[in-house]
Amino acid sequence: MSGRVQLILGGALSAVFLLAAALSLVWVPHDVAALNIADRLRPPGGAYLLGTDQFGRDMLSMLMVGARSSIAVALVAVGIGMGVGVPLGLLAAANRSGWLDEVVMRMNDLIFAFPALVIAILITAVLGPSALNAILAIGIFNIPVFARVTRGAALSLWTLDYILAARVAGKGRARISVEHILPNIASLLIVQGSIQFSLGILAEAGLSYVGLGAQPPTPSWGRMLAEAQTMIYTHPLLAVLPGLAIVLMVLGLNLMGDGLRDALDPRLRRVAR
Amino acid sequence: MLRFALSRLLSLGLSLLAASVVIFAAIEVIPGDPAAYMLGMNATPEAVAALRDELGLGGAALTRYLDWVSGMLRGDFGLSYTYRVPVADLVAQRLWVSVPLAGYALALSTLIALPVGLWAAARRGGPVDIGVMGATQLGIAVPNFWFAMLLVLVFAVKLRWFSAGGFPGWEAGVWPGFKALTLPAVALALPQAAILARVMRSALIETLGQDYIRSARAKGLSRGQAIRRHALRNALIPVLTILGLQFSFLLAGAIIIENVFFLPGLGRLIFQAITQRDLIVVESVVMLLVFAVILVTFLVDLAYAAVDPRLRRR
Repeated sequence: MSGRVQLILGGALSAVFLLAAALSLVWVPHDVAALNIADRLRPPGGAYLLGTDQFGRDMLSMLMVGARSSIAVALVAVGIGMGVGVPLGLLAAANRSGWLDEVVMRMNDLIFAFPALVIAILITAVLGPSALNAILAIGIFNIPVFARVTRGAALSLWTLDYILAARVAGKGRARISVEHILPNIASLLIVQGSIQFSLGILAEAGLSYVGLGAQPPTPSWGRMLAEAQTMIYTHPLLAVLPGLAIVLMVLGLNLMGDGLRDALDPRLRRVAR
Repeated sequence: MLRFALSRLLSLGLSLLAASVVIFAAIEVIPGDPAAYMLGMNATPEAVAALRDELGLGGAALTRYLDWVSGMLRGDFGLSYTYRVPVADLVAQRLWVSVPLAGYALALSTLIALPVGLWAAARRGGPVDIGVMGATQLGIAVPNFWFAMLLVLVFAVKLRWFSAGGFPGWEAGVWPGFKALTLPAVALALPQAAILARVMRSALIETLGQDYIRSARAKGLSRGQAIRRHALRNALIPVLTILGLQFSFLLAGAIIIENVFFLPGLGRLIFQAITQRDLIVVESVVMLLVFAVILVTFLVDLAYAAVDPRLRRR
């Protein structure tokens, strides 16, 4: 598939979910907080486009609100990862092989040893379960990813002539990092951001599935799957729909990320993933 | 090589030390008293005092940290508060489920991914390549626990080839145990295999563009011979990195998948411990998981250096 096709297809898929999530802020077909036992486990069609769950809640509305919590968690987690990781990576690259570089990289290695799920387990054991845990856990997990990508890309830029020229002109390392390095690695960071965003959606689903993420009554895709698990024998659709939503959203983001990579920076085309 | 190994060993030790401090500190910052937290709201002051005593909470943080670490070094992980048995025994029991599951999944994903990646790379741009890339793109997007539920739906509910969950224990024989782990292992392995196959493909394509492959072809080797004798070994280096990185995803995945299939592994243990507020179990199991990740990273570093002598100088 060519880059442009990927970008359009992925962008369209992602846009559907983003719009659905945005729409859910102002309007959903049915109230997701209201339990309506008379209409429980309705098949798709009629007033309920995708049917209802065991509490009579409208599946389409649940999926829309679930998209909102997934996107919010993944977005804030990417923000944490970028906000902390990028400055650390720039700092490490500007002080290449110095003690600062060493400290940043060792800290990175340390965080890398804690999978997001393990961080979430630790935070939950300490603070009790909440949606904030998922954000923190995925966000912390993102920090070394961005620090590494930033440092790696910045290091290769620091050897170039125009950086040398800036240094000769008397600019300090911090100023060069912000004025010259950052703009030149921005496209790389955007691509990495889209990858981490889609990983964040997957991680959020996993965490809320095992009860470490969004808590009832907030609908989330992972929790919908957990609740549907016991119904899988009689009402498999309840388990199929939220999973399908996750797959399509993540697929869209990944396609968009690949397309963006090709569009923003042809040099990155051969980067393995 | 020895010097390289020693320096890696030193950094392994430092990482473990740092990780243990982080975990201990995390549990330490619990608002209020850990003993009161573990016993919940309805605990009598006497019970809290007794548990404080048992946990040694009277002592300084540093003493307790040193006790915890030196205990672990001796294989003593403390006493589970809810089960009233040594944590080491609990963990040892559960490891017999989690480790075979992770190993089974790792073997499956490698066995699937490497040939598929090779196949796609050898037919680059052709229908096979496009099909494989499409399938892997989908595989990456599928959450493994949902895939597990679909497997249950098809193979346990509809076809009745496997049971939907549970584990008979190895006492019931190797085959029933193996069979009970098959669906969970497939659920874990396929999404991982998708990533690994992509890495294998791009590594091989990268290698096939090298001059030494052209030389090999020029001296009369067929494309297949050049891949087998020269490209494959070189392409395995990035594959090895990803395999190492995947281990931590596999570990996390196994913890979640165990919940789908009601397997009595480490994952079930840790979630039960969280709901029962058994901090001693949480602390020790988390340390064990982190230890496993750090150890695998160390082994991958060594494997690297063994495969590629250029990487020994760092």
